[in-house]
Amino acid sequence: MLIVALPIAALVWQSKHDGWSRFWTDITSQEAVAALKLTLAVSALAALANAVLGTITAWVLVRDDFRGKSLVNAVIDLPFALPTIVAGLVLLTFYGPNSPVGIHAAFTRYALFLALLFVTLPFVVRTVQPVLIELDRDMEEAARSLGAGEFAVFRRIVLPNILPGILSGVTMAFARAVGEIGAVVLITGNIPYKTEVASVYIFNQIESNNPTGAAAVAVLLLTISFLVLLGVGGIRRLATRHERA
Amino acid sequence: MNARKLVLRFVAVGYLAAILVAPLVFVFYRTFAHDSSSVWSALRDPDTIHAFKVTLIAVAIAVPLNTIFGVVCALAIVRRRFPGKGIVNAFVDLPLALSPVVVGFSLYLLYGRLGWFGHWLLAHGIQILFALPAIVLATIFVSVPFVAREVIPTLREIGDEQEQASYTLGASSWQTFWRVTLPSIRWAVIYGVVLTTARCLGEYGAVAIVSGSIQGKTETATLRVQEEYENLNFAGAYGISLMLALIAIFVLVLMTTLRPKEATA
Repeated sequence: MLIVALPIAALVWQSKHDGWSRFWTDITSQEAVAALKLTLAVSALAALANAVLGTITAWVLVRDDFRGKSLVNAVIDLPFALPTIVAGLVLLTFYGPNSPVGIHAAFTRYALFLALLFVTLPFVVRTVQPVLIELDRDMEEAARSLGAGEFAVFRRIVLPNILPGILSGVTMAFARAVGEIGAVVLITGNIPYKTEVASVYIFNQIESNNPTGAAAVAVLLLTISFLVLLGVGGIRRLATRHERA
Repeated sequence: MNARKLVLRFVAVGYLAAILVAPLVFVFYRTFAHDSSSVWSALRDPDTIHAFKVTLIAVAIAVPLNTIFGVVCALAIVRRRFPGKGIVNAFVDLPLALSPVVVGFSLYLLYGRLGWFGHWLLAHGIQILFALPAIVLATIFVSVPFVAREVIPTLREIGDEQEQASYTLGASSWQTFWRVTLPSIRWAVIYGVVLTTARCLGEYGAVAIVSGSIQGKTETATLRVQEEYENLNFAGAYGISLMLALIAIFVLVLMTTLRPKEATA
């Protein structure tokens, strides 16, 4: 427990070390604000994109049947198993200057989006999949026999059931994207004001001997992490209360 | 109905192929088609071999510690009531949601020259930051949650009736753990260990800050990938990456075979 709690305490202490006004100047420095805005915006986009594509993937894995499905199912976990720096290098090779498919996205914000899509891919799939498996098909059949179209069945029956799964998956994916460094460090080029994300900003502030500046942004990321965990806990409680009622 | 199914199947499989599979397959193909010999010689570089050793040492220490901690923690959270349980639960999950850079930086502040322990450590001549201990600490920190997260739901599901029966028959708590509890959670533990190992092997952000990345000394395999890439030694960067990717594929196979039945369709 101390391995986790003690360093966090040191971080919070460091950020308050030179008072609130210094904390405020550090957190509102132009480069920090640009990095934070970019990080939050692209992370949200990647998490939302994976909410849609992850739900489709989970649906296909549960309801569809085709040869090689178990292979597809295994591949989902690749971002959890592959070191992030390797993921970054692999994406840079495929979507970089020597791309075999002619897409050169390296050192742009598209590259950042791609890298974050990669690392956050499994979250929604893995939270929605078990719910879909457990879901009672009778409800859907009943809706269909009462004349509901496929879209109405999805919106009125399936979606409300898998929504807590989607939400907690998206929230964890968002947290993961906000903190990511390994996958983005090679492919984005870390250009300040353009492709530099918050975690890279912290890294650079430490390297250029400005621990207070780094601590301010780090505390902000820490706060986001806590909020995310609280949010996921809340979603989980809401979902189980619904079950009991 | 059938057309819709096909479209969805195409979207899902196409997305996975474009983001996950095609890039990785292409890197394997490119490396082996063009410069497999230079990759092999790059992998024999003493600094690269040393980097793999550092990574393996960190894994060898972090995985057993986090396995024991994870099981104890899961048992405490599920089977016991104690004040501050909610906080313990939150702290176990924290590394999942926290940036590894923030983790590394926190350790840096704690053990650095100006940190809380810095003065004492300096006075006693103990080097933690920019040395192996910091790498190990960072690796432990980021991989704390995995075993506990896998074991907690399994413990909840099996309930404590068998354990109670074992106590009534006169078994001690130690015997009950080894003979009753552990056998029923062993697959969850093994699955957690696999996840922990993968996370430890691949750790980059936290280690990048606390290790100092000194070649042949505190450089880990993942840091070596970046170093080689930035020095335009692409054979080395791709060689190490492919080694790590092979391990990842092995981990995937293990995960697929070990995943609890209810989680697969």
